[in-house]
Amino acid sequence: MSFRDTILQNVRNNQPSSRELPAIPKFHSEQPVDLKKQFTAALKELYGEVVTEPPADFEEFLRKRYPHAKTICSAAPEYTGNRVPQDFTRWSDASIIDVTIVRSPLGVAETGSVLLSEEEFRVNTIGFLAHDIVILLDPAEIVENLHDAYGHPHFLDKAYSLLMSGPSGSADIGGITVHPAQGVMTLTVIFWPRAQSKTTQTV
Amino acid sequence: MSVVDQAENAAEFISDRTHEQHLDQLLWMLRTRRDEAASRVQEWEQLRDLASQIKEHTLSNLAHYLEMFESRAKANGVTVHWAQDAHEHNQIVYQLLSDRKADELIKSKSMLTEECDTRRFLEERGIRVTETDLGERIQQLDDQPPSHIVGPAWHKTTQDIANVFAKAYGSDKEKADPVYLAHVMRENTRPLIERARVGMTGANFAVAETGAIVTVTNEGNADLSGNVPELRICSVGLEKMIPRNEDLAVFIRLLTRSATGNSITQYTSHFRAPRQNGEMHIILVDNGRSSRLGMEKFWPSLKCIRCAACMNTCPVYRRSGGLSYGSTYMGPIGIIMMPTFDIRRYSELPFSSTLNGSCTNVCPVKINIHEQIYAWREVMEKKHQINLVKKSAMIVAGKVLSNPTLYRMAGDTMEASLKVLPRFAIYNQLNAWGRHRDIPQPAKETFHDWYKKHRSQATGQETNP
Repeated sequence: MSFRDTILQNVRNNQPSSRELPAIPKFHSEQPVDLKKQFTAALKELYGEVVTEPPADFEEFLRKRYPHAKTICSAAPEYTGNRVPQDFTRWSDASIIDVTIVRSPLGVAETGSVLLSEEEFRVNTIGFLAHDIVILLDPAEIVENLHDAYGHPHFLDKAYSLLMSGPSGSADIGGITVHPAQGVMTLTVIFWPRAQSKTTQTV
Repeated sequence: MSVVDQAENAAEFISDRTHEQHLDQLLWMLRTRRDEAASRVQEWEQLRDLASQIKEHTLSNLAHYLEMFESRAKANGVTVHWAQDAHEHNQIVYQLLSDRKADELIKSKSMLTEECDTRRFLEERGIRVTETDLGERIQQLDDQPPSHIVGPAWHKTTQDIANVFAKAYGSDKEKADPVYLAHVMRENTRPLIERARVGMTGANFAVAETGAIVTVTNEGNADLSGNVPELRICSVGLEKMIPRNEDLAVFIRLLTRSATGNSITQYTSHFRAPRQNGEMHIILVDNGRSSRLGMEKFWPSLKCIRCAACMNTCPVYRRSGGLSYGSTYMGPIGIIMMPTFDIRRYSELPFSSTLNGSCTNVCPVKINIHEQIYAWREVMEKKHQINLVKKSAMIVAGKVLSNPTLYRMAGDTMEASLKVLPRFAIYNQLNAWGRHRDIPQPAKETFHDWYKKHRSQATGQETNP
């Protein structure tokens, strides 16, 4: 008998009598929820920042916010940086990126999370090895809670899906979150409706 | 191996007041934050019920869900391995590395690999292993196991960590500043991550419906370990199964709130298939879990989602530190899990509890932890795993506590003695309570005396003894 079969046989012999699997409610609030406000507050708790309108001049916005940034990799159709994810055939090379720009298809108000996957990143490491990340999110795509979020098809068909809820940090020294850890140093979400896409620009 | 004497080990930790107070205050802060977070979620208790029911359903149909998970993972292009014990697990990991002539491994925090002692196994065979979680790395550099399942180095002060990094990395030991130390970690670990060919993670959950494994981290180090190298190895305990993708919402809502009071961690990551041009291997590990599943009183401990809320609330754990348990899992959950690994070695652990029930009250999956602790004491007694001193003391206590007259006599004698005995006679070697704190001042009268007096006045009747 293989290890697999032995383990499964032991499990079958020992598992207790079957219990019911419960249905899970959606737990939507009975009161109207300001999803943008709740999202912003939740993300702030984990040290992420929200910009509530698309900047009039995105180029200028980036220059002011990241004055030392030289390598800007955009995976979002709204902006053309000086790198695209496909440039990084060796995924670890994404560590030269100063700022990554990507669009998320879903925000979660309860936790301030944005959903990202290989469909958005193209090369997943641009989301962690970059110094900073800017995520475009259509506020109409914010859902109330994680029960709604797990209805997104990404979780069923993408190789890698990530709920990202702030810059990489650690509470391993003294229980209080500090930055940096191994991933991005800052995370900024811009509420940017898909319909209002800006003309692409090049740095 | 010899029996772990948690009380004796704790005495060393307690002898240094700084560390005892540091840990107690830190963990109580987390416990308070947990309460605040839970109170903000109206359906909190309903979520706990659901989590418990989902886990009980899964464990009672575990073979079915393991097979479902395996078949979905394989369909996703993942190679699935099965390991009966720690040695088999470690051997599989080593084989995967040696087949590819890899001599370095980066890994994110995994209690299962601690349980299997994977790092030591690999290092003995020439593999350089780098922990990428900050707390785990601190413990690796200090050659200590984790003392807490969420914050492996929480028993250390910032100065302790500055000393560890100064020795390992040559950083400034005078700068006991968490932000500076976080930078030191990043500068020294990122280059190792960037050149890694093999990465390893554990799993917080394994979803049978999708074949995905889910990790929860603040640092994103599971994402780095799982995405930068082309070979990704995931070690998964059998009990990590959950049936449906939608079940994740229940557990993710509970997990971090219970652990630290935050609503979620920065990275909740779902690995369903290998990355582009990569390989993904999942090792499903039994290591005693299938046997525990058959233990009538103790199988519910397999519901644990490793939030550590039970540790943060436990007065014994908070004051004695996790290393005192001499085991992979520590605190209340460790007390009920470790005897299933080695009943002799961990026979004393179930006595490291006040049985106050707080662990059960905060457990997000409603494990009856304090009842299991008591049940383990009964097992130890039946299997003659209790030492003679403890057994004799319990026989005497049992006689006194079961006889009201004897109990009151003992109380009166103790009270009278405390009033007249000199300090050295009270605080002797036999008085474990008084080793680190003062005995409370004797009350002017006992509750029984007070009750007898007042009840008699109220009713004009003598009360029964």
